[in-house]
Parts: sequence; C-alpha cells; structure tokens
Amino acid sequence: MYDIKAIYEAESVEDAVRLRLAHPEAQIIAGGSDVLVQIREGRRAGKELISIYGIDSLRGVCLDEEGSLRIGSLTSFSHITRDPLVQKHCAVLGEAVDQIGSPQIRNIGTIGGNTCNGVTSADSASTLHAWEAVVELTGIHGRRLVPIHDFYIKAGTVDIRAEEGEIETAILIPRKSYEDTFGHYIKYGMRNAMEIATLGCSVNVRLSKDKSTIERCRIAFGVAGPVPMRAPSAEAVANGQKPTRDLAEAFSLAVLEDINPRDSWRAAKNFRKHIAVEMAKRALTESVKRAGGELL
Amino acid sequence: MSAQYKMIRCNINGRDVEKMVDVRASLTDMLRNEYHLTSVKKGCEVGECGACTVLIDGETFNSCIYLAIWAEGKHIVTLEGLLGAEGELSDIQQAFIDETAIQCGFCTPGFILTAREILDADRMFTDDELRKLLSGHLCRCTGYENIFRAVKKAMYRRQGREIDF
Repeated sequence: MYDIKAIYEAESVEDAVRLRLAHPEAQIIAGGSDVLVQIREGRRAGKELISIYGIDSLRGVCLDEEGSLRIGSLTSFSHITRDPLVQKHCAVLGEAVDQIGSPQIRNIGTIGGNTCNGVTSADSASTLHAWEAVVELTGIHGRRLVPIHDFYIKAGTVDIRAEEGEIETAILIPRKSYEDTFGHYIKYGMRNAMEIATLGCSVNVRLSKDKSTIERCRIAFGVAGPVPMRAPSAEAVANGQKPTRDLAEAFSLAVLEDINPRDSWRAAKNFRKHIAVEMAKRALTESVKRAGGELL
Repeated sequence: MSAQYKMIRCNINGRDVEKMVDVRASLTDMLRNEYHLTSVKKGCEVGECGACTVLIDGETFNSCIYLAIWAEGKHIVTLEGLLGAEGELSDIQQAFIDETAIQCGFCTPGFILTAREILDADRMFTDDELRKLLSGHLCRCTGYENIFRAVKKAMYRRQGREIDF
C-alpha cells in the first residue's frame, strides 16, 4: 500500500487541467516509475496525486500538419522504440530510450515523465536537446510550445505552469530538425541494465548531397551539467567542415569548453570530462557513417 | 485520510472479475490480497528486481510500481494463468524444469512471464537480444545461465527446432 493522501484520475486533458487548478499542491503521476518509487522512499509520501495515466489520447506517434514528428507524452519507451515513424525519422531517439532501466520499466515509463522530472541523466534528454525538440504544454489558456532547451530551468525544475493547470501533452521534433539527419547516442554506465547514465552523449549530422561536407552538426550531453545541454563550441568546429578524423578530434576536444560535469559518487568530474571527449568522437563518427559518409 | 475505494473491473487469467480496491494499493497488493495470486512476489517493491512481473495486455510490467486502479479494463496474466486445463505445465515452465533453471524459486514467476512475452513474439532472438530482454529480473541463486538456456530452448521449440547445450 502506498502512502498517498488522495488520487484524482484525469480522463481527458481538459479534466487534467481542471484537476490541476482545483488541486494545486497535487503531484502529477504518469507511468509512476519515478513518482511511486519516491513515495516508497518517503520523499513524496502523503501527498495528493493526479493520475494522467488513463488519458489514452496522449499515447502514440504521428506526423502533424506541419510535418513535425509528434510523440504523445504518455507514449511508453518501448512503443517509441518500436514505432515506424520514429525509426524512419529519428531512430536514435528509439535507441536512446531503449537503454533506460529494464524491459518492464520501458513498458511503463513515458517520454513525458522522462522530461518533466527535469533530471540531467534522462536517456531521452540529450537526444531531444540535440534534435531541438519542442515541448507542447496544455493548460487553461490552451497550447504553449517551449523549445526543450528553455523547458529545463534547473535540476529537477522544468517550465510547467501549475498555476495555469498545465500538463505536458506532446514532444515535437520539427521537420527541419529531422530531415536528412542521422544521429547516434552513447550511454556510459557501469552496466547495461537498470543503470543511470554516468554520462550520455547524442550527436547528429546532416551531410551535403555528395557527403563531402557536414552541413549541420548538433551535440548534446546528459550529466555534463545540472541540466542536459548542447555543446555549441563543438558544433561550431564541425559545421560546414569536411568530415575527417582530424575534425572529429578537434570537435571532441571542443566539448570541454561547453560542459561542466560534477564530482559525484558515480564518477569524478575529470573522468566525466575524459569520457565526454571520447564519446563525442565516437558518436560523431557513427553519425557520419549513418548519414552515408565516412571520416577521411 | 479516510480510505478511498474504487470498483476495479478487469480480466485476470481469462476471468472477468471486479472488486472494491483501496486506491493506494499497488497491483501487487491487489493480486495477492484480493485474488490470492501469490505467484506475484514482493521483492524490492521499487521496480528493480522483477519478481512481481505480470503481463498486462500482453506486455510485462512490474506490478509493484503499477497502481491497482490502472488495472481497470485490462487483461492481466499471472503465473497461475499459464496452467493448462488438465493442470499441465506450459512449454516455458517445462523448459525451466528441464534446464534446472530454478533454485529458491522467488524470481521464477517473473522470469517465466517475461519469457512468455518473448515467446509470444513468435520469432528468433539472438543471444544478446535474449539477455537484454531478460535483464529486468534479478536472480541471486542460479547465475542466470540455466534460465537463459531454458528460454532459448523454449524459443527454439516454438519455431519447431531443437537445441542442445
């Protein structure tokens, strides 16, 4: 039995907004793989919950009228990995969320929960940053779109306006972000299953038609700072350049100008910096390969 | 708070059932306490060990971190649901016996339900894929190798093939 004060079940998005306004102190619960564990630990014990798990309209992936890849916020990780649209347009996101927890966790965990809890180690977060995802929130005033970079305010805090009854309703990946773009995600952990990333690195590239130039390169890290972050210095090194081994070297070293990892019991700051360079290099190399190019 | 109850209707092991359930209950609580399905084990109770795994609409879930109220309208299968009409074992249970994949037995119901989802996919998986698919369960006795072999053997048999180790 969980130590829960009360549970309000939302049956639709409007219902969730109404409940959120009526119970401003209540915690939203989606799949519960974080919230229920925190209740068990005592951290969130004795609180009111608003369950949005039953809102089936928030599940599934589609292309919206503007061609953006639209992932409903309650779509589970395993459904994202198996989804044909994700595999076609942003395969790396499916691969990244396939490294979360265990098969059972990937069946219950949702992309909405993974972003709304605001943790830097979330396996989806670096890829969503690297693909410039947009977070769709719905509240009393309707829909609000927030770029993922702005969505993360600080560790554990995201830009959701509880006072406006907002819940996250979708993650959007704009067409210009995924078109002709190929990426790779590397998670560094001590083991493969049930592990929180020591560091996560997601890179993607768009090559010119003849594969001779990197038209656009984006890289983002998880656990390289209090919130997931892009590495603009490294991107500037790679943009418009020929894909060569020397470039990969310079690109990977440039990430050190952007990242700011910390010492924790999981790993030392210097170790994280060391693997950040290597992961950036490997993720770039693989991204170029997936885009049909080759490092010379 | 005063207790808050809700009528939960679902299908468990092929039977339509309904019960008034405390909204604070996990699905593990409901299956064990209301339906006496004690194959659903209470292990870590934080979704790490997999001992409480059940199938919900064909997918594996840790029932300890699944609220009982979410079971409304769902089809749930526990280990008890694998029993044949004449009391016979399912293929995956027989494979666990054949490969001595059991010692204390606490992790076994969970492993078998995950194996059931793997077998129902009706395709061959590589060894690496199988290990990843089984990675949501902890076993402190067997060292996993015999469990892995049992699942692999059952998978081969479903495809009309035999494998010897």
